[in-house]
Amino acid sequence: MAASTASAALSGNPNLTSSHKPHASLSPHSCLRFSTAISRKFPFKSLTTIPFTTATTAASTRRSTTVTASSTSFHGLCYVVHDNIDTDQIIPAEYLTLVPSNPDEYQKLGSYAFIGLPSSYETRFIEAGELKTKYTIVIAGQNFGCGSSREHAPVALGAAGARAVVAESYARIFFRNSVSTGEVYPLETEVRICEECRTGDVVTIELGESKLINHTTGKEYKLNPVGDVGPVIEAGGIFAYARKTGMIPAQTA
Amino acid sequence: MASSTISSNSTTFIKKDVGLSAFSSSPSSFSVPKTKRRNSRKIVSVMAPQQSPRSPSTTGSVKTAMTMTEKILARASQKPQLSPGENVWVDVDILMTHDVCGPGSFGIFKKEFGQNAKVWDREKIVIIPDHYIFTNDERANRNVDILRDFCTEQNIKYFYDIKDLGNFKVNPDYKGVCHVALAQEGHCRPGEVLLGTDSHTCTAGAFGQFATGIGNTDAGFVLGTGKILLKVPPTLRFVMDGEMPDYLLAKDLILQIIGEISVSGATYKSMEFVGSTVESLTMEERMTLCNMVVEAGGKNGVVPADSTTHKYLEDKTDVPYEPVYSDEQARFLSEYRFDVSKLEPLVAKPHSPDNRALARECKDVKIDRVYIGSCTGGKTEDFLAAAKVFHASGKKVKVPTFLVPATQKVWMDVYSLPVPGCGGKTCSQIFEEAGCDTPASPSCGACLGGPRDTYARMNEPQANVIVKLVCVSTTNRNFPGRMGHKEGQIYLASPYTAAASALTGFVTDPREFLQ
Repeated sequence: MAASTASAALSGNPNLTSSHKPHASLSPHSCLRFSTAISRKFPFKSLTTIPFTTATTAASTRRSTTVTASSTSFHGLCYVVHDNIDTDQIIPAEYLTLVPSNPDEYQKLGSYAFIGLPSSYETRFIEAGELKTKYTIVIAGQNFGCGSSREHAPVALGAAGARAVVAESYARIFFRNSVSTGEVYPLETEVRICEECRTGDVVTIELGESKLINHTTGKEYKLNPVGDVGPVIEAGGIFAYARKTGMIPAQTA
Repeated sequence: MASSTISSNSTTFIKKDVGLSAFSSSPSSFSVPKTKRRNSRKIVSVMAPQQSPRSPSTTGSVKTAMTMTEKILARASQKPQLSPGENVWVDVDILMTHDVCGPGSFGIFKKEFGQNAKVWDREKIVIIPDHYIFTNDERANRNVDILRDFCTEQNIKYFYDIKDLGNFKVNPDYKGVCHVALAQEGHCRPGEVLLGTDSHTCTAGAFGQFATGIGNTDAGFVLGTGKILLKVPPTLRFVMDGEMPDYLLAKDLILQIIGEISVSGATYKSMEFVGSTVESLTMEERMTLCNMVVEAGGKNGVVPADSTTHKYLEDKTDVPYEPVYSDEQARFLSEYRFDVSKLEPLVAKPHSPDNRALARECKDVKIDRVYIGSCTGGKTEDFLAAAKVFHASGKKVKVPTFLVPATQKVWMDVYSLPVPGCGGKTCSQIFEEAGCDTPASPSCGACLGGPRDTYARMNEPQANVIVKLVCVSTTNRNFPGRMGHKEGQIYLASPYTAAASALTGFVTDPREFLQ
């Protein structure tokens, strides 16, 4: 089955193995489509996972690598959930004692991602005994991330190794937190792809073309433009955006 | 009957000279694609673009009508005019955080602004440990210590600390549930902008202010700057008229609304509650109404300030405030009208707050426990309501009935206030006679499960016992696993309905006891 072959190829899930996460210097696209490059993790988030980078400011980390729009894509297995997946299912409250800005606890948080899903989800997001997920992309229905404002929700998904969520619609605070943290890229489709994709399908997201390709089914889907948050994502998150627009001073080392 | 309770007071916000603003901002540089964030299958009418009757250059200042939320954000961003969809930098009046999200927010603040950075205003930050307090979980306890360290370092004025976990009463500063404490301590004021790292921050909208929940990163940003980037939401208006029947509470009203529009019916929108019924509600009932705005996906909820609001605030704050009100001509995305006299007690069945049903139609649902507590249903008046039902029955509860007062003040009221019409008895006396559990230490408790040793948490059933724990709760969410065990079945209800259900051991319409 395609999925198992793919999973073998993807076991070296790029965003999990290296401790250094490449950070996009975002190409200055002025249009609001997310053709702007983003290699998943915003710079300031990197500060939590690269403790050895001393005197690193968000800006300098971002300048360390440049990823252009045409080269940004997400590729991997997808994990499919349905409508109204609330934050208690993404990360149950008992794990909220973990502080996401603490690197060790950040990793631990990731290991509990989606542990709250009911047992009707027979294939689990993270297999027993594992700390990371083998699914790069989460596919969801409507109102993904509803419920609590806990930032632990997108953080857990990102820490587990997911890179993007493709949902029909999002709850407000979850979407906002995803953009602010850069943990997972929140994408939207018009089509109900949670009914057309299965967990384990091999999927590619081409950001530059606003496209999602399901290699297992052979279908392609158009992704919605990222909208108002475009400039925030383009800049690299809320802090970077604020610095760029002069709202707060540039960070000094 | 027409209800317009909105005074057309459109000049209550302060106009500032935008050109001299120290901060540059480009609010209108983003277009709003029509395809974005459509959240449910119901297509609600999109607001028409604003039609200004005359061009500003010919008349000087022409104000287009605005809703309450638009006005609050306009004033807080020093703009004379705002429309839904605009992104603006807004000044924050109060930022609240608690033990679950505080440590993470502080971590981000320090990483972004520097280890020696100072918060933007030590008097505008309110730190309220409330979520995981009475537990042996070491990390939870450590998180309260982290709050304390930060507050000491930053000389935060409002920190409602707790040190002795064994006896909440010996902690003079400790309050309990953040949203109730914010109100009781006078931090909620009409016209202001209040943010909190908690989804139920929308509760404070009951005071006619803009209040919404944010995450750690946004909070870290606010800590350093006192500002946040917000998109102005359009407003849904809910007009509730009619005399409130004596078996209904605000919880029933909001369950009615959420059942009507679904858990995503108000996503990115403001919910404005007006009408003669709303005017008749106490502050605590208005708080219950606004509390569950987030359960409909709402960004914020508002109730116009009136004499009830002013009276409540009289002895709690001396910070001056200036309420704002929706203009008569303000445009709303939709308007819903309810004749409250026709409504009946409701529940939200597992596993969604919009899974609305009449309580009386669930009378065959056998339950295992009742939980009365949380910011939604653990305030003083919630306990008075429950006590009223127990007293009317005169019988004992048939299932374990857990009582968790939201704050120290509520706990004291439970033990000292005579319940109206009950012969001078206090809530605590009535609860004891009815066989309820002793009222617990005030905190969020089991509303969100919490660490395994949390009082009243729904834990795994014993081995070999196939029991789906069924709980009637006055809390705000019933998604799978919300109160602990994933298989737990939670029926959200008003304090009246919860008490009635405790007395029968089944989901029960409170009219069984109140009429």
